[in-house]
Amino acid sequence: MNENRMSVSAFFQKYTMVIALVVVVIFFAIATGGGSLKPGSINNLISQNGYVFVLASGMLLCILTGGNIDLSVGSVVCFSAAVGCVMMDKGANMWFAVLVMLAIGLLIGVFQGFWIAKIRVPAFIATLSGMYAFRGLSNVVLGGYRVDISNEKFLFLFGGGRDCYIPDFIRQWMGSEGKPNLTCLAIGILVIVVYILMTVRKIHIQNKLSIHQSVLGQCVTTGAISVVVLFITWQLASFRGIPTVLIWIGLILGIYQYITTKTAIGRHLYAVGGNEKATALSGVKTRNVYWFAYASIGLMAGLGGILTAARAKGIDPTYGEGYEMDAIASCFIGGASAYGGIGKVSGMIIGAVLMGVINQGMNMVGVDSNFQKVVKGLVLLAAVIFDVMSKRQKR
Amino acid sequence: MAKILLEMKNITKTFPGVKALDNVNLQVEEGEIHALVGENGAGKSTLMNVLSGIYPYGTYEGDIIYNGQVCKFSNIKDSEKLGIVIIHQELALVPEMTIGENMYLGNERGHKFAIDWNTTYAEADKYLKMVNLEESSKVQVKTIGTGKQQLVEIAKALAKQAKLLILDEPTSSLNEEDSRALLDLMLGFKKQGMTMIIISHKLNEVAYVADKITVIRDGTTIETIDNRGPEPVSEERIIKGMVGREMTNRFPKREGVKIGDVMMEVEHWTVHHPLYPERKVVDDVSINVRKGEVVGIYGLMGAGRTELAMSIFGQSYGVNFSGKLKIDGKEVKMKKSEADAIKHKIAYVTEDRKGNGLILSQSIKVNTSLANLNSLAKLGVIDQDKEYAVAEEYRDKLKTKTPTVEQLVGNLSGGNQQKVLLAKWMFAEPDIMLLDEPTRGIDVGAKYEIYCIINDLAAQGKSVVMISSELPEVLGMSDRIYIMNEGKMVGEMKAQDATQENIMALILQSGRGA
Repeated sequence: MNENRMSVSAFFQKYTMVIALVVVVIFFAIATGGGSLKPGSINNLISQNGYVFVLASGMLLCILTGGNIDLSVGSVVCFSAAVGCVMMDKGANMWFAVLVMLAIGLLIGVFQGFWIAKIRVPAFIATLSGMYAFRGLSNVVLGGYRVDISNEKFLFLFGGGRDCYIPDFIRQWMGSEGKPNLTCLAIGILVIVVYILMTVRKIHIQNKLSIHQSVLGQCVTTGAISVVVLFITWQLASFRGIPTVLIWIGLILGIYQYITTKTAIGRHLYAVGGNEKATALSGVKTRNVYWFAYASIGLMAGLGGILTAARAKGIDPTYGEGYEMDAIASCFIGGASAYGGIGKVSGMIIGAVLMGVINQGMNMVGVDSNFQKVVKGLVLLAAVIFDVMSKRQKR
Repeated sequence: MAKILLEMKNITKTFPGVKALDNVNLQVEEGEIHALVGENGAGKSTLMNVLSGIYPYGTYEGDIIYNGQVCKFSNIKDSEKLGIVIIHQELALVPEMTIGENMYLGNERGHKFAIDWNTTYAEADKYLKMVNLEESSKVQVKTIGTGKQQLVEIAKALAKQAKLLILDEPTSSLNEEDSRALLDLMLGFKKQGMTMIIISHKLNEVAYVADKITVIRDGTTIETIDNRGPEPVSEERIIKGMVGREMTNRFPKREGVKIGDVMMEVEHWTVHHPLYPERKVVDDVSINVRKGEVVGIYGLMGAGRTELAMSIFGQSYGVNFSGKLKIDGKEVKMKKSEADAIKHKIAYVTEDRKGNGLILSQSIKVNTSLANLNSLAKLGVIDQDKEYAVAEEYRDKLKTKTPTVEQLVGNLSGGNQQKVLLAKWMFAEPDIMLLDEPTRGIDVGAKYEIYCIINDLAAQGKSVVMISSELPEVLGMSDRIYIMNEGKMVGEMKAQDATQENIMALILQSGRGA
């Protein structure tokens, strides 16, 4: 039996969030008179939500292990950033500070993961205590005040300030100035070409192994994504080029996509979430899988701290509050199962973008910030209800 | 003749693909103890689930007539209202709560928003006295033994004003003394006019307590034996009804397979229950299996077979292990690690394929490779083309019916799921395979295919230990048969010497002797 044709309902079920995203984007484009699709808006959307993609990547792994979450990431973001900022403020080498920030995140992740994986403290409680403790420690480190960052190189590399864009090497080489940013265009087109080639290779291998997957469907998906990437590239190019933070986002998303789809540890994450007992009886050391997930999100919290500090050009003891919720919401909206074992990086990206678009759109339309939270809450609830309902139908 | 309290007429219950009950008839007189006996899977529990409303009216055919009225229960509450109370084999008590709280769980005294604890405990104590339990109802359930917990279950049923009490294997977790006390308690209730249905494997107990015995086999009633004569009915008489089925060519022959040296030896193996460490679940058991041999382990439910197999497989069940494990003549110091067991070339194919075996939300491919993923990975990166090829290979070999190996395992039929589970463990390339109920819940055709796979494994020189509750299967497939009962090894037979009757007799003798 060849399942080339998907029923309409199955299509909607699979792509609900994509459709929702398209609808929301169109809605705000109309509501803002096209303002939300302008180059500056696209650029802001990426820069403002950099931390969400990074933290949600880490969060996805935790959620995969069985709906476990990490509540401490917001506080860890603030703490690692606080330590790094104070160090740089005192004149420490920038690279050293960056390494320390990442190390702090990783160590905290390993520490919390130890209690969760080995002592079996419920993840919710272990990370709730971390949320309190590291928020308090951030305050201690900062002495209760904001600490600014003046290191221009740091700001440039991690996406803060006015000039955190990749310079237009091509125009510099040509000796010309102006827009669009040719380097940005070149990189965007390169990404699309590589992506299309990968799809072609995949289809080729599928044919060789006679795996029956809808070739048309894959072409349509690839085409649609290419068009979106092309649009974003063009908009960025006609603004100031590629924001440096996009490089970090791309890198992290790429790594996590690779971990979840190609590696043994990624497979084990899904397996533990799908049926922990069966996984343990298959000889997998399930406790280490948990440990890995929490170590990874710790590291991502460290990087999140760097991005947050750079974007704000400093750190304040209240920064990072609620970041954990943004990350969790992105994963669940993106189709991760609250019971574990199901969830994709691509879905998480959709979830994060959807939240970002709603945020930005409501800001531009001028919705009261309290009401914005109500909308976000409802979107999350709707997404999880959908997840639960669609699963019930199958049984 | 006494009044008929309950009559179940022509009950037929069909599950997708399986007829669990086929025109079953049951008549229970008021004030009698009626026993239901039959092999595992004969349909006893299904029948009781129909009676108590777990399978609501409309999901089965036939009539339930209780107290002269046709009943249409839509849930357990409906049947309990009429005084039909079922006590399940698994104790359904909350260990952290007191006896009183447990007894009135879902049936609270006083007001819904203001529980009257004084009444609760006073009434609970009254019922506890009726079951001869001295404990106060304010004692936590976890502090009393299993025997007493069983009595609490009965007191709980009494508190629901039971008129017809159904006891499903009430003595399966009790020792001899507690069992006898429970049976005598039942006889006491009978004198007071209570009607009871007891499901039990222990035929000596059935013969002791029951007035009438109904035998169920393969979802149909075979006969009802009257046990009210001066002499209790003989167990042989009951067994004849239970196992009297024809053996046709249901098992493929295994020919020309050479049985080699001893591959695995287990000596004086003892395992304790993980929650009640004082209880021995496996008690001083010794078995061995040779290369190319299929060894069957038969026993009734609760005999300790699964626990034996799981404890051999990386101590994945139980605590306080003792005994020796030798593989290929060498003693192995086994750690508490499934990975270690796999390294020693042991595989355990679970009886609970959905709970402990497969990841239903993942594809056939992912499930097939899971136990041996490292062989497909380099530096932690999976070679997915190779993985696909492996999954395809086993799909071909085991004739798994599926459009593609990317299919989710949750969407497969039971027989095909079982094949995926076998594929997973065959791919782990073990020398010793512990198969736990390999054909549970799958249809006859798929069973035959599984038997063929087992024969292939033996032909490749693997050592197969097959645990089964189906006597014909054990007799038809094994070279040698071990018989277990209540944690102990009670016998070993060559296949050609074994018959259903002498195996059942062994089990019954051991049950009495203890």
